[in-house]
Amino acid sequence: MAIFLTKESKVIVQGMTGSEGQKHTRRMLAAGTNIVGGVNPRKAGTTVDFDGTEIPVFGGVKEAIEATGADVTVIFVPEKFTKDAVIEAIDAEIPLAVVITEGIPVHDTAAFWAHAGKKGNKTRIIGPNCPGLITPGQSNAGIIPADITKPGKIGLVSKSGTLTYQMMYELRDIGFSSAVGIGGDPIIGTTHIDALAAFEADPDTELIVMIGEIGGDAEERAADFIKANVTKPVVGYVAGFTAPEGKTMGHAGAIVSGSSGTAQAKKEALEAAGVKVGKTPSETALLARELLAAG
Amino acid sequence: MDLFEYQARDIFAKHDVPVLAGEVIDTPEAAREVTERLGGRAVVKAQVKTGGRGKAGGVKLASDPDDAVAKAGAILGMDIKGHTVHKVMLAQTADIAEEYYVSFLLDRTNRTFLAMASVEGGVEIEEVAATNPEALAKIAVDPIDGVTEAKAREIVEAAKFPAEIADQVVTTLQRLWDVFIKEDALLVEVNPLVKTGDGKIIALDGKVSLDANAEFRQADHAALEDKAAANPLEAAAKAKGLNYVKLEGGNVGIIGNGAGLVMSTLDVVAYAGEAHNGAKPANFLDIGGGASAEVMANGLEIILGDPDVTSVFVNVFGGITACDAVANGIVQALDLLSSKGEEVTKPLVVRLDGNNAELGRKILTDANHPLVEQVDTMDGAADRAAELAAAK
Repeated sequence: MAIFLTKESKVIVQGMTGSEGQKHTRRMLAAGTNIVGGVNPRKAGTTVDFDGTEIPVFGGVKEAIEATGADVTVIFVPEKFTKDAVIEAIDAEIPLAVVITEGIPVHDTAAFWAHAGKKGNKTRIIGPNCPGLITPGQSNAGIIPADITKPGKIGLVSKSGTLTYQMMYELRDIGFSSAVGIGGDPIIGTTHIDALAAFEADPDTELIVMIGEIGGDAEERAADFIKANVTKPVVGYVAGFTAPEGKTMGHAGAIVSGSSGTAQAKKEALEAAGVKVGKTPSETALLARELLAAG
Repeated sequence: MDLFEYQARDIFAKHDVPVLAGEVIDTPEAAREVTERLGGRAVVKAQVKTGGRGKAGGVKLASDPDDAVAKAGAILGMDIKGHTVHKVMLAQTADIAEEYYVSFLLDRTNRTFLAMASVEGGVEIEEVAATNPEALAKIAVDPIDGVTEAKAREIVEAAKFPAEIADQVVTTLQRLWDVFIKEDALLVEVNPLVKTGDGKIIALDGKVSLDANAEFRQADHAALEDKAAANPLEAAAKAKGLNYVKLEGGNVGIIGNGAGLVMSTLDVVAYAGEAHNGAKPANFLDIGGGASAEVMANGLEIILGDPDVTSVFVNVFGGITACDAVANGIVQALDLLSSKGEEVTKPLVVRLDGNNAELGRKILTDANHPLVEQVDTMDGAADRAAELAAAK
């Protein structure tokens, strides 16, 4: 098991022929991902060679699905074209779309999210502006380095890419069932709650680590969800205690406005839901170890 | 990016939202001519990106051109909640009969857009929301369908706008929605939206916030940036394409990769500082994924140029970023600065983990720079950087 992504997943890459797309397709293949095609209307019918593996390029997502049975797309297309790429994936009803691209205008994300809703939410969207997800030992859809850790019993969901890597590194000897980077934009597809629900249902996951950051109220809502629905132990970490009000900290969504979105409020909400919250990434890892040792 | 009121007014006018005539000035003397143009009377309004300027004395009625010069002189240079007033807008006076509130904004929780409207405008809307929540109508707006006439009417009815101005408000809402969509705004707020004595609807004061991610298709937005207010280090960093935020009162320069890790680094340094004379992070700087040696060198140059910084913490977890590139960037930056004759005296604490970490550590060990120190863990390195900062 695992969540959202397994060794059975057949992955296509929208934007595979661009420089980022090529670089990461090569990495995903090296991590064992079953990549069955790329999408680029201008290069349809050609193939791209990745160290001896020939990957066919299709004119569209629908054609790629018809030809290969793909059920996951990873999107690397530039921000100007991302909205159309995601809408194409939604219209093709692919079950999972992982949107790596950063710098997408919020109006575009709002539009493709609304479009997904009108089409009955048949496509799970992860991102945008996220590192994707990995199920170690099985498949890697995105840019999370595959060599940090191994398969194991921790499930990880995080707003931040590098904190995902840091936490996987801190707990590399235990290993992970799946790690999902959901992104730090103001509007994202898959939320902490979606990943928590999936990890709760996943028999391979024994403990969940959730990483949040300032901005919005996703962590507070996740805390309510945990209280009502999650029986597995959850360890949390929130970044941005020292962030001043009104300054965006790198992620478009990471901003404290007035009293809303502060790290302190998020920490308190999580603790009130029984989540152990670490002060630093290393303390968070330690809390996870203690809970696992206590069984 | 938040806009000044006068910029919001200009954008409203561009999209045919009814506004009053107004001009912005930055010297008291300029008020005379403008007031004459406006008909001999004017409202002098401080241009600051914060609320509560009226209470702070930043809005005054000038009864004639001389009075406008005096009032502008009093307001220019005023400090309003930490914001110095560099510009005032002189606006036509209005005969206000009623004050309302309308806005369009991003609803993060529901992943859609939201319209808010109230017939109790003119005061802080948070106050209305807290004390009299039923007076504030909140209507979801679908990002694809937008504000049609029917949607605008739904908003008007929900907020109970008076019947005699309903049509005007409907039209104004549709035009404000044009502003929201066509300008890639994250917030368009009018407070107050007024009804004049002769029954006209006018957007008297507005707040607009624009999405920086949309700059690729909003060519004219760059000109709206308040370059005068930008911290010189922030401006220099922006020119080099770096994601940098100056933090007041700090002394530990921070460089890291990835927004989350850098935010976390700020926190860890602040905790460590509690034991080291209150050392604090002096900035946020994210060199991003896959950063090259050049980006690292640019970042280090900015940080070392900050007079508040007394030690530097470079915290990198190499995912896509290769630690050897980071190490090379550090070495290059130090060489570059010394070749420019700028003596580097600030100690650097470096923690490298992840992709090519061993190679990166070896590059730094071999370079053997007297000011560069490597520490294995993030917590340990933060502690050392705070200690070094406090020792200065």
